[in-house]
Amino acid sequence: MGQITLQGVQKAFGPVHIIKGANLDIADGSFVVFVGPSGCGKTTLLRLIAGLEDVTDGRILIDGKNVVAVPPAKRGLSMVFQSYALYPHMSVRGNIGFGLKMAGLAKDEINRKVEAAAATLNLTPYLDRKPRELSGGQRQRVAIGRAIVREPKAFLFDEPLSNLDAALRVQMRIEVTRLQKQLGTTAIYVTHDQVEAMTMADKIVVLNGGKIEQYGSPLELYEKPANLFVAGFIGSPKMNFVTGDPALQRGAATIGVRPEHLKIERDGAGGWPGTIAVAEHLGSDTFLYVDAGPLGMLTARYIGELSLHTGDRVSLVPDPARIHRFDDSGNAIRS
Amino acid sequence: MARMATTRRVAVSTIAAWLCGFLIFFPILWMMLASFKTELEAFAIPPSFLFFHWTLENYATVQARSDYLHHALNSIIIAGGSTLIALLIAIPAAWSMAFSPTKRTKDVLLWMLSTKMMPPVGVLVPIYLIYKTVGLLDSRIGLVFILCLGNLPIVIWMLFTYFKEIPRDILEAARMDGATIGRELVYVLTPMAIPGLASTLLLNLILAWNEAFWTLNLSTSQAAPLTVFIASYSSPEGLFWAKLSAASTLAIAPILVLGWFSQKQLVRGLTFGAVK
Repeated sequence: MGQITLQGVQKAFGPVHIIKGANLDIADGSFVVFVGPSGCGKTTLLRLIAGLEDVTDGRILIDGKNVVAVPPAKRGLSMVFQSYALYPHMSVRGNIGFGLKMAGLAKDEINRKVEAAAATLNLTPYLDRKPRELSGGQRQRVAIGRAIVREPKAFLFDEPLSNLDAALRVQMRIEVTRLQKQLGTTAIYVTHDQVEAMTMADKIVVLNGGKIEQYGSPLELYEKPANLFVAGFIGSPKMNFVTGDPALQRGAATIGVRPEHLKIERDGAGGWPGTIAVAEHLGSDTFLYVDAGPLGMLTARYIGELSLHTGDRVSLVPDPARIHRFDDSGNAIRS
Repeated sequence: MARMATTRRVAVSTIAAWLCGFLIFFPILWMMLASFKTELEAFAIPPSFLFFHWTLENYATVQARSDYLHHALNSIIIAGGSTLIALLIAIPAAWSMAFSPTKRTKDVLLWMLSTKMMPPVGVLVPIYLIYKTVGLLDSRIGLVFILCLGNLPIVIWMLFTYFKEIPRDILEAARMDGATIGRELVYVLTPMAIPGLASTLLLNLILAWNEAFWTLNLSTSQAAPLTVFIASYSSPEGLFWAKLSAASTLAIAPILVLGWFSQKQLVRGLTFGAVK
């Protein structure tokens, strides 16, 4: 079991409020990603759950039990650090088995469990090597092995893939997701990369300035962002925001349209006319950055190849069903 | 062309380094040579460098006049004991200051260092009187205690700097893995700090071995270490350079050998963190 509930959790370092009252319900077995720009408090929130920081106020419940006064070791959670944080003087075997040794398990049982974990992560040939003799991806797998071997109630991941190169990151992303589904253990994963968040999560928590902006499934966040911040943060390339007449006509202060929901018309009549400033041809997609005069720069995405170039006049027509409306304070208007 | 210039530069700096090394070592070499001369040759001007009558007579005299082993044993006990106790106190102290610093940690560190700024002679009279009252004069325990206190600030400072270099994440990982503070110290922190611990231990051992002010003032015979043994040869009835040199050579030999064999560890520890 690994159900985690946050109730009014606050954290302040002196006069600085890092977490301003977080409420959250994380279901057993789900994969939850904390995402947000740097300094939004996502790592702090994770460390509060881990017990590496003390809460200033509020309650953290793990399987219904308040753990704010329980030391990290006794919370039954395991953590994978951004820097891997492997013990440099121990072999891979020693690293993975350290938690079990601390728990006082018998030697052969530790060996059996370590070897099983190593087999899952393809680390068997490296069991007797030291961390410095491993590549970045292998070190990352050792850190994950150390986390899974203890059969914790939940895994906490603190930006674990940010030190890997792009190709390895994609591969590890899939491995981590697969492993989590296979084990069925609750996971909380911190990242600033919204692609990681969208691809890995069952549910995403979007944080900004120490506040939870929205909590929901990736598609909920994509389709029904609660406010301007979430709308701008989730989705790549970013959502286009338009103010002024087009917004007022639709009864909103700001409207937002995602690049993939703008239809590109060549004749330049109707919709929002503009001139192409930059055209990116990826083969699979074409991205157009269009200078739309008073509406500012707009981004449009076309699936497939579109032979348009810098300086061409186009007209962008928003899909009426996919226009997001926001009020003066930036909150979504639902109707 | 460039290669030749590089080779020449390397050659010049190599010669310069050897020259500096020789200059620094020269007094010790001179002392060692003098210990094999007769008293007359040790005084001779101009001095003979290698071509003199080599003799072991001084060593025989020194051994006959005073008990080298007794003093050497005292040195081992005093230097070793004070170093071990200092480490036992300094490891947890440096640990807490490096990993759970408070607002006052810097002040505490500076205050400890400030105790080294005062010349020891400033507190000689009170310490002497205290030692006399409690009966610690000329006792090994008394010397262990005072040398331990004297070197403690340096030991704590050194360990503090080494501990600071250990990534916090690793200690937190240990905490998540269920290690108590004690086990964290034993299984994670100490093994990672071994190069630093080793060089601190060696340096402190050398400092304590060579310490002369307190050992000369607070001991006479019973607890007297090798420093007192050397000093007993600079007698008022005349200078016996050859014998003094023999005594000095005997006194520094153990620590010199230790330093020679541990130089790799010592250098690695002293540059810990500087080259990472």
